[in-house]
Amino acid sequence: MTAVEEAPLSPAGNPIGFGNMKRVEDQRFIRGEGNYVDDVNLPGMLHSAILRSPYAHARIKSIDTSAAEALPGVVAVITGKTLEGIPRPSLLGDNFAWMPTLSYDTQAVLATDKVRFQGQEVAFVVATDRYIAKDALELIDVDYEQLEPVMDAKKAMEPGAPVIRDDKGQTDNSITDVHGHKTWESGNAIGTAEAIAQAENDPNCVVVTQEIMYPRVHPAPMETCGSVSYLDKVTGQLTMYTTSQAPHAHRTVYAMVAGLPEHKIRIISPDVGGGFGNKVGVYPGYVLSVIGTIVTGKPVKWMEDRGENLMSTSFARDYHMTGTIAATKEGKILAVDVDVLADHGAFNGVAQPTNYPAGFFHIFSGSYDYPHAHCKVTPVYTNKAPGGVAYACSFRITEAVYLIERLVDCLAAELNMDPAELRLKNLLRPEQFPYTSPTGWEYDSGEYEKTMRVAMEIAGYDELRKEQEEKRARGEYMGIGFSFFTEGVGAGPRKDMDILGLGMADGIELRVHPTGKAVLRLSVQSQGQAHETTYAQIVAHELGINPEDIEVVHGDTDQTPFGLGTYGSRSTPVSGAAAAVVSRKVKERARQVAAAALECSPDDLEWELGRWFVKGDKERGKTITEIALLSHGSLELPEGVEGHLDATAVYNPPNLTYPYGCYICVVDVDPGTGQVKVRRFIAVDDCGTRINPMVVEGQVHGGLADGIGMALMELIAFDEDGNNLGGSFMDYLLPTAMECPTYELGETVTPSPHHPIGAKGVGESATVGSPPAVVNAVMDALAPFGVRHADMPLTPANVWRAIQGNPIRVDMAVE
Amino acid sequence: MQTPAPLEEYVRATSVADAIAQLEKYGEDARLVAGGHSLIPMMRLRLARPEALIDINDLDELKSIKVEGNEIVIGAMVRHREVLDSPLLFEHYPIFRECEKVIADPVVRNRGTVGGSYCQADPSEDLSALGSALRGSVVIQNSTGTRTVPMREFHFGPYMTQVGDGEILTEVRFPIRPGAGSAYEKVERRVGDWAVTSVGTFVVVKNGVVEDCGIGLAAVGAEHFCVPAAEEFLIGKAPTEENLVQAATLAAEGCNPSSDQRGPADYKKHLAKELTLRALRRSVQSSQGA
Ligand SMILES: Cc1cc2nc3c(=O)[nH]c(=O)nc-3n(C[C@H](O)[C@H](O)[C@H](O)COP(=O)(O)OP(=O)(O)OC[C@H]3O[C@@H](n4cnc5c(N)ncnc54)[C@H](O)[C@@H]3O)c2cc1C
Repeated sequence: MTAVEEAPLSPAGNPIGFGNMKRVEDQRFIRGEGNYVDDVNLPGMLHSAILRSPYAHARIKSIDTSAAEALPGVVAVITGKTLEGIPRPSLLGDNFAWMPTLSYDTQAVLATDKVRFQGQEVAFVVATDRYIAKDALELIDVDYEQLEPVMDAKKAMEPGAPVIRDDKGQTDNSITDVHGHKTWESGNAIGTAEAIAQAENDPNCVVVTQEIMYPRVHPAPMETCGSVSYLDKVTGQLTMYTTSQAPHAHRTVYAMVAGLPEHKIRIISPDVGGGFGNKVGVYPGYVLSVIGTIVTGKPVKWMEDRGENLMSTSFARDYHMTGTIAATKEGKILAVDVDVLADHGAFNGVAQPTNYPAGFFHIFSGSYDYPHAHCKVTPVYTNKAPGGVAYACSFRITEAVYLIERLVDCLAAELNMDPAELRLKNLLRPEQFPYTSPTGWEYDSGEYEKTMRVAMEIAGYDELRKEQEEKRARGEYMGIGFSFFTEGVGAGPRKDMDILGLGMADGIELRVHPTGKAVLRLSVQSQGQAHETTYAQIVAHELGINPEDIEVVHGDTDQTPFGLGTYGSRSTPVSGAAAAVVSRKVKERARQVAAAALECSPDDLEWELGRWFVKGDKERGKTITEIALLSHGSLELPEGVEGHLDATAVYNPPNLTYPYGCYICVVDVDPGTGQVKVRRFIAVDDCGTRINPMVVEGQVHGGLADGIGMALMELIAFDEDGNNLGGSFMDYLLPTAMECPTYELGETVTPSPHHPIGAKGVGESATVGSPPAVVNAVMDALAPFGVRHADMPLTPANVWRAIQGNPIRVDMAVE
Repeated sequence: MQTPAPLEEYVRATSVADAIAQLEKYGEDARLVAGGHSLIPMMRLRLARPEALIDINDLDELKSIKVEGNEIVIGAMVRHREVLDSPLLFEHYPIFRECEKVIADPVVRNRGTVGGSYCQADPSEDLSALGSALRGSVVIQNSTGTRTVPMREFHFGPYMTQVGDGEILTEVRFPIRPGAGSAYEKVERRVGDWAVTSVGTFVVVKNGVVEDCGIGLAAVGAEHFCVPAAEEFLIGKAPTEENLVQAATLAAEGCNPSSDQRGPADYKKHLAKELTLRALRRSVQSSQGA
C-alpha cells in the first residue's frame, strides 16, 4: 500500500505520481477539437434515420414502405420483415429481427409483431443525407392496432393485465432471469422477520415502514448515441465508430449478434461525450447501422437526436420500494426488510453482472451495524423503454443508498432523534473492517465516524441547528439533510461477476520505448473521467517516468487488450490496479536489466522513484530512461531475462472496493410556493488514495449536480396512454449552475487494503450519495407540517402538495 | 441532430414594407423569423414547416425603445436582453427588469425579441402577462395601413393572435403612469423553464387609495392573461393586506389552469393567488404615492 506523499514535479510541472495535474484531455475539449462519432465522415458514407412507434403498445398490421423507397436519395428501407429474411449464422436466434440483451432476454431490433414502448424502432431508412432519411420516415405508412398499454408497474402483475411479451409465450408480465428466478432475494428472510416481529411486540422498540419510490430518470449524456459502421467487402473487416463505454464487450456482442468473426470486427470509440451508463448497452440503432452497411456496401452513420435518446435508450431506477426498519427506542437499529417492485420496461435489458439481477441493490443494509437484513425484488415488464441499470448508479447502489438513508431519517423522525446522532450511534466502527454485511458483502476498509465528524465540522452543524430553530420561530423553513453512503465498486472478481459470460477482469499493456517514453494501452473507456491523465500518473508513480512522456491509448479494440469497459466506477479499482501491476512488472524487468548493466545481483538493488541503485552506494545506479535504452540495446542479459521493457497484465480484483462518504445538504423551502433552494452542500468523500485530487473533485462536483437534479427535477413520467412525458430537455429538466450551490468538499483517506495503490472508485459516489441528502433536508424543513416522506423529484408542485398532505404519484402524469 | 423539413425560400426583408410584400408573395406558408427561439425549435421538431422564411433581423426601424408623448414604445425587434438592460423601462416600470430576468436564459434573451414573444402567444409567455397587466397595446401593419390593438384583445387563444396573413407586428406601447409601483413574480421548476405560474402587477396608490392597478397572469388559463374582476375590486380601496388578499383570491378564481408536468391545477390556482398577493404587496410598497 502506498501512502499519499507529495510527488516531485516533472519538467512540465506535472506530479511524477499522484497530485493535482491539469487534464490532458482538456487541451482539445476546451478548444472544441474533440473528435466524436458524429465528427466521423467516411468517403461515400450514407446516413440513416429510425422510424419509431408513436404508441406504447400496438400490433403492427402492415407496413408500406413504397413511397419512402421512391423518394430520391433513399438507398434502402428496412423493416422487421426484412430482418426476418436475413438468416443469422449464430447461436443466438436464426434471424436479425431480434437480438439478445445484456440480461439474457431478447429485444426487437425492429418490431415485427408488436410495438412495446413509445419510441420503439419500427423501420430504418438509409439515404444520401440525414434530411432525406428523415423526410422518408414521414412517407412510411404503418397500420397499427392499438392495444391497452401497461404503464403502472403495480398493475402489471394484476390478473387480466395485458400481456406484453407474448412473443415469448408469456401469460403474464413477470420476468424470469437466466437462473429461472422470478424474484431476487438476499439476506436472511426468517431472521429479519423474527427480529421485526419481536420489535413490534417490544415496548422499548419501534418499527417504521415507508413506501419509497425512486422514479425513472435518464442519464441524458450531452452526446447522444450513434455509430458509423463500415463493412469492407474486400477484407471482410467491419469497422465501427461508436459511442460505447465498453468497446471490447460490444465487439464480442456484435460477433454473437451478427455472427461475424470477432477478429474481423474493430470497434473505435473516439471521444465519448458523457455516458453515465447510457452507453453500456447495445441498442437496435447500433445493430441497424451494421445491417445498413451490410445491405448497402457503404459506410452508414446513425446518430440519435435528443428526443430519441431520452425516449428509447437506457433509463435508470424505476424502483418502487417498501422498507421496514426496526430499532430500539435508544436508536439502535435491529433489522431492515425491503420489498421492491422493479419496473424493467418492455425488454429486460439491464446491464449488470449475471449473478446480480437486481444489480448491487442488495448492499442496502448501508453503513450501519445491525445483524438482520433481507430484501426481495420482483421485476416486471411494462410498456416503457428497456434498460435499467444506467446513470451513474454503481449497479443500483443508488437505489439502495436512497432507501436506507431515507429509512434512517424516517426512523429519526419517529424517535424524535437528531438524524446525525442516530447515524453516529449505528455507524460501523473501524475495528469491524473487513466487515461482512448481513447480505454478504465484505466491506474492505472504513473509518466512518471520522468522515462524518469532518463533514459536521465543515457544516458547522450545531450552529445550523440553532439557525434552524430561530428561523422556525419566525415562520421560515430551512432544512438540514444527511446522507452517509457506502458503495461497492470495481466489478469484479471473475468467479462472481460476468456480463453475458464475460468475466469482469481488465487487461492492460505497457510499453517503454528505447528513449524512455511509454505507451499504456487500456481496456477501459473514458467518457470524461480523464483516464489519459490519471493513468499516466499511476505509471509515473510506479516508474518515475514523467506523466507527459506517457501516452494513454484507449477506445480502439485493435489497439488495446480485452476488458469490460468503464461504468459502475470500475476503472480505477480494476484497470487502475492493472496499471500499477503492469508497471511493477516493468519495474521488475528494469531491475534485471539494471543489475546486468551494473554487474551486480538484482537483489542488491534498491528502488527510488525512477531509478534502481546499488544498496549502500547511491551513486551507482541506472535511471528508468537509461534502463529503457539498455534493454533495447546490445547489453548481454542473463538467461531467462527478455529484452525490451514492456509487459502485459490482466487484473482480476479480489473484491470490490468500498468508497464511502458523508454528505450534508442545507435547503430553504418557501412553503407558499413549494420552491426549494439548495443553499449549501457539504461533501466529504473517502475514496482511498486520490491519484489526482482535482479529477476526484471534478467527478464529485458533477455527481452532486446530478444528485440535485434527480432530487429536485429530473423525471421520465408517462401518461396512461403510454406517452413519454420526458422526451426533450424542455420536459426533462437538468440542473444548471443556478440550482447548484458552491460545493464545500472535504476528504478523508482510508486506502483500500487490497488495491495495489489503495484507491477506490469515486465516479458515482456523489450521484449515489447526494439525492438522499437533498430529500432528507427538504423533509427536515417540512417537519413542522408533519411531512415525513415525499417522492422525488421535489418540484415546487410536489413539495406544495406534500405540505397539503396530498402527495403526487410522480411516475405517472399529474392526477 | 434534429432535421427540419425542407425550406423552399429564405429572404432577408429590407424594410417593413418589404417584409409585408414578401409575406403577401408567399402567402400563408410564409413565416417571419425574428429571434428564432420559438420558431426554429418548432421547425427542428417539424412541428412548424413553413415553406418560406422572411427574416426581419435587418429592420433597424423596429429596434428602438423610446418615449412618445404619454407612452413607452418598444419596437418589435428589441431583444429580451435590451428590455432587461433598459434604464428607461426600469425607471417607469421595474416590472420590465423583474420579468425579463426570469425569461429563459441569457442565450435565449440575447436573440429572442419582444415582437416574437407576443406573436408566438404561448399561454406561458411572460411578456404577455406583463403586457396585460400594464394594459399595453400592439401596433399591427399590413399593406393597407396600421392598426392599434389593446393587449387585452390581442389574443384569440393559445398561439392565436390578431396578426393575420400578410401582417407584421411593429411595436408595443405602454401608457406611462407616474408614481406606479410594479412587480413580477414567477415560479419555475428550474431557471430557464417556462412558468408554472407567473403574475405581474402594477399599482398606483394616491392618498391612501388604490387609484389604478393591473394584474396579469401567465400559464394559468386566464383569458387575455388578466382577471379584471380582481382589479375592479381593488381600485378605489385602501391597499390593506385584507384587500390585497381579496384581490388575489379573485384573481385566482378567474383562472382556469390545466394539470401538466409543471404541476396540478389546484397547485397552479394556489400559486395564482400567492403570487398575485406577493406582487401586489411589492407594487404597493414601491408606488410613490404610497
Ligand atoms: C429554452 C427556451 C426557454 C424559454 N423560456 C421562456 C420563458 O421562460 N418565458 C417566456 O416568456 N418565453 C420563453 N421563451 C420564449 C422566448 O422568449 C422566445 O424567444 C420568444 O417567445 C419568441 O421570440 P423570437 O424573437 O425568438 O421569435 P421567433 O421564434 O422568431 O418567432 C416566433 C413567432 O412569431 C412570429 N413573429 C416574430 N416576429 C414577428 C413580428 N414582428 N410580427 C409578426 N409575427 C412575428 C414568427 O413568425 C413566429 O411564428 C423561451 C424560449 C426558449 C428557446
